[in-house]
Amino acid sequence: MGNKTRKARLVVIGNGMAGIRTVEELLKMAPDLYEITVFGDEPHPNYNRILLTPVLAGEMRLEETILNDHDWYQEHGITLRTGCLVTQIDRVRRQVITAQGEKVPYDRVLIATGAAAALAPIPGNDLPGVYSYRDMRDVEALTQVSADGGEAVIIGAGLLGLEVAHGLNARGMQVTVVHRRAWPLDKQLDARGGALLRQAIEARGIRFLMERESAAVLGTDRVEGLQFQDGSQIPAQIVVMTVGIRPRIALAQAAGLACEQGILVSDTLQTYDPRIYAVGECVQHRGMTYGLVAPLFEQAKVAANHLAEYGRMRYQGSVTSTKLKVTGIELFSAGDFLGGEGTEELTLLDAHQGIYKKVVLQGDTITGILLYGDTSIGPWLFEYLRDKNNVASLRDHLLFGETHLGDAGHAGVNQAARLADSAEICGCNGVSKGQIVRAIRDGLFTLEEVRKCTKASASCGSCTGLVEQLLVSTLGGVYDSSARKKALCGCTDYSHQEVRDAIRKEKLLSVRDVFRYLDWRHPGGCATCRPAVNYYVRTAWPAESKDDPSARFINERAHANIQKDGTYSVVPRIYGGVTTPAELKRIAEVAERHAVPMVKFTGGQRLDLLGVRKEKLPLIWAELDMPSGYAYGKALRTVKSCVGKEFCRFGVQDSTQLAIDLEKNLERMWAPHKVKLGASGCPRNCAESTIKDVGVIGVDSGWEIYVGGNGGMKVRAADLLAKVKTEAEVIQISKAFLQMYREDAQYLERTAPWVERVGLEQIKSRVIDDLAQRVELAERLDFAIAQEKDPWAEAVSGRLDIHAAPLRRVSA
Amino acid sequence: MEWFPLGRIDEVPLGGGRYVETPAGQIAVLCNEAGELFAVHNRCPHRGGPLSEGFVSGKTVFCPLHNWQIDLESGQALPPDQGCVKTFPLKTEGEEIWLGLPEMQS
Ligand code: SRM
Ligand SMILES: Cc1cc2nc3c(=O)[nH]c(=O)nc-3n(C[C@H](O)[C@H](O)[C@H](O)COP(=O)(O)OP(=O)(O)OC[C@H]3O[C@@H](n4cnc5c(N)ncnc54)[C@H](O)[C@@H]3O)c2cc1C
Ligand code: SF4
Ligand code: FES
Repeated sequence: MGNKTRKARLVVIGNGMAGIRTVEELLKMAPDLYEITVFGDEPHPNYNRILLTPVLAGEMRLEETILNDHDWYQEHGITLRTGCLVTQIDRVRRQVITAQGEKVPYDRVLIATGAAAALAPIPGNDLPGVYSYRDMRDVEALTQVSADGGEAVIIGAGLLGLEVAHGLNARGMQVTVVHRRAWPLDKQLDARGGALLRQAIEARGIRFLMERESAAVLGTDRVEGLQFQDGSQIPAQIVVMTVGIRPRIALAQAAGLACEQGILVSDTLQTYDPRIYAVGECVQHRGMTYGLVAPLFEQAKVAANHLAEYGRMRYQGSVTSTKLKVTGIELFSAGDFLGGEGTEELTLLDAHQGIYKKVVLQGDTITGILLYGDTSIGPWLFEYLRDKNNVASLRDHLLFGETHLGDAGHAGVNQAARLADSAEICGCNGVSKGQIVRAIRDGLFTLEEVRKCTKASASCGSCTGLVEQLLVSTLGGVYDSSARKKALCGCTDYSHQEVRDAIRKEKLLSVRDVFRYLDWRHPGGCATCRPAVNYYVRTAWPAESKDDPSARFINERAHANIQKDGTYSVVPRIYGGVTTPAELKRIAEVAERHAVPMVKFTGGQRLDLLGVRKEKLPLIWAELDMPSGYAYGKALRTVKSCVGKEFCRFGVQDSTQLAIDLEKNLERMWAPHKVKLGASGCPRNCAESTIKDVGVIGVDSGWEIYVGGNGGMKVRAADLLAKVKTEAEVIQISKAFLQMYREDAQYLERTAPWVERVGLEQIKSRVIDDLAQRVELAERLDFAIAQEKDPWAEAVSGRLDIHAAPLRRVSA
Repeated sequence: MEWFPLGRIDEVPLGGGRYVETPAGQIAVLCNEAGELFAVHNRCPHRGGPLSEGFVSGKTVFCPLHNWQIDLESGQALPPDQGCVKTFPLKTEGEEIWLGLPEMQS
């Protein structure tokens, strides 16, 4: 390559949504790699095509749809040629040629020519007064012609047809929509949903003519009407054809690149010629073409990754969902919503309220979703569909969404769309719905962007669901709520699972190695990825890897909870909540000697010394001479117990002893999130075992083991995992369950959501049914815990430095 | 400007920080993954969190209390947050870190 004085030249053909998104992604990764020239045959800088209908309906102005203005191109040193059609790619001389005859040399080309509206192949389709609906020019023309009112006929009742019908209706035209099938939106709706939709649209004064095949546009100098194959006719001043789109492939075809429906691309978005990439509606990948922006944006990410010479990502196709963006009509559909052979349907129809919901199941997975009238649970269901997760245990409320959402800010999860603009969405940062929606309209597409720009859901994250709802209701099909596929954080495009796989496969032994090997965008990472990656490295290689304190939150680095004023709290371990008078005296003396501001019984049956200065921590630990209670860690916290059969008149099992044994077996265990256990001596359940990560309840014949309970922000009752006879079995099964959780859950995912995600069946099959696996899992956990030492003892002995004292005291 | 020795470079952990007590208040001495050092007041502009206990990455420190991000060169909180923290000059001589404090009038 040698020549360092010249940057490589990238020519982008098509100044639309996919092309410019690719350039944006590329600039994020490699801002200085290319000298970029963009050609677009439209006169505007990149605008948001999906907002054409609000412009047509007079709800928005063209300027408000601009995604990248001229200044943006200038700031990034991009040469933009608007109104300039590329007519040839000369692959031999490596140059593109424009309609004006200009020749521009390239090292790489990105084709992003999009698609064109298809015309119905009938006589008269070229008469003045026939329009298509694709770009700003169409909208300008339609705005002008609709000013005189009159009759408009739309051919095709797909998404675009209904949008343009809505727009022209809003402009005061008489609109008739003609369709060959029996109901509108037949690709997104079944007959029942179609009937509801038709009713709702007709109520707005739009007429439908169904099962009519158009035969000819009538008129001599301009449109006068439309004739059907059965001979009947209707009058019309304009005809708009929305009968499908055709990928714009002529340029690629002429350059000898392989094309079918679209330009053929590989998983790296390269065409037949590896110097030439293609993204967007013009491409065909694994037999599929896409007409919604969510998948195109995924393609953009991958193409940019390769153009930036990172060369690691693969595009593997997308699962898409659609929403109709006609104000007041809610529709969501995804997958195979028609069902059929081998499938089951769950449906709910409330014709009076205009609500229809249908979930298609194949075995225990969702294969199709259709929601009409109330689409609030769409994104929630879609996640199960896309990830093919087991929904057996959710069957009863699949049609209603996540129920029992309490008052602590979670109530709105399914109702974001109905909230007032002033409603507070993010309690942590005080961000209202109106602020978020405005920010999204100004050009945000992802959760990450909303977090960055408004702070909403950037702190505790409990309102993430609400924010995602707002993204969906504001953006329509554009928003892709791919939680599972989501990048670990803004420093990388890899998901949690991909990072874990790499750590195992490549034996990466430190956070730094992972960042380096996976080309982290910031070599120092951020507050999200550092602790997560450290945890993944430690669980994958408990003996070989070393813990990285600089990748731990302050609490886990200082082995104490930081308080709002920068002091710390000290919670020693009190196994099973059982203590002795001598121990209590010692704790009391330490607290008194150091004037600890508050001593408190915690909700976890132990004592907390609050308000301790960092400098004093090692001294207090030394004087207490007790192990750390890990009250600060994503680790085993407490094992709560009740009195049990030794003293209690109802007790049938010795829950106190079992709690102590469990705590001794599991102490020092790090985990994706905190882990709490409980042991109750009888079904009265005084230790609240059913809201613990692992809880056991004594019964006459032995113990019941419950898992996946949570008593925190969102209460979840635990599921019964097994019934066993002996304490040894309880301990072994708890270990196996927790090890499976440790190896599988995402960092900061507690057992409750994890159990819901993987399904109890899978857990049972590994932890209960397969004895060999159970033993192996438990052994792996024992091995990992054996590598850990009590951090307080380590600090007291000087082997662990928590930097308690200041680096220096400077006196004047 | 008066210069004070603080200690050796390797006493400040990479990607993290330490604090020093000075007549000008607590100051955080921070070090990024590449070994670059920064000094700022040890009080987050949000609610006074100790920045010496946060993650440092590039030119940014993440406050340990509520995750505000602060640019270490300008002392400004990164948008959308607003606020700023005072920065102080540092220099190194050999292995020793020196902190520059404005001369005290007495
Ligand atoms: C000390 C204690 C309150 C008390 O005085 O009783 C406490 C204190 C804190 N809890 Fe808690 N929780 C305490 C028992 C609980 C319990 C009750 C229990 O364990 O039986 C729960 C509900 C049970 C559960 O977890 O399912 C509980 C649910 C939470 C949650 C919500 C977790 C969730 O999954 O929804 C958080 C937030 C988090 O972890 O992200 C939290 C976070 C916190 C933090 C660590 C907040 C923080 O990050 O600084 C609090 C530290 C305060 C401080 O300044 O030191 N605390 N917290 C309790 C310590 C128990 C112990 O001995 O270790
Ligand atoms: C009215 C309407 C509503 C929509 N609503 C939604 C929605 O709600 N949700 C959703 O996900 N999607 C929606 N879409 C689809 C979405 O807009 C497209 O999927 C997306 O714009 C495709 O991006 P692209 O970059 O592939 O093509 P485009 O955005 O069309 O960009 C291609 C550009 O290349 C230019 N070009 C083509 N050939 C050449 C050449 N030879 N030389 C120079 N320039 C050239 C074109 O003029 C165009 O500007 C809607 C589309 C329309 C028309
Ligand atoms: S409930 Fe927990 S997190 Fe909230 S104030 Fe009390 S101790 Fe802190
Ligand atoms: S005190 Fe720093 S973010 Fe709140």
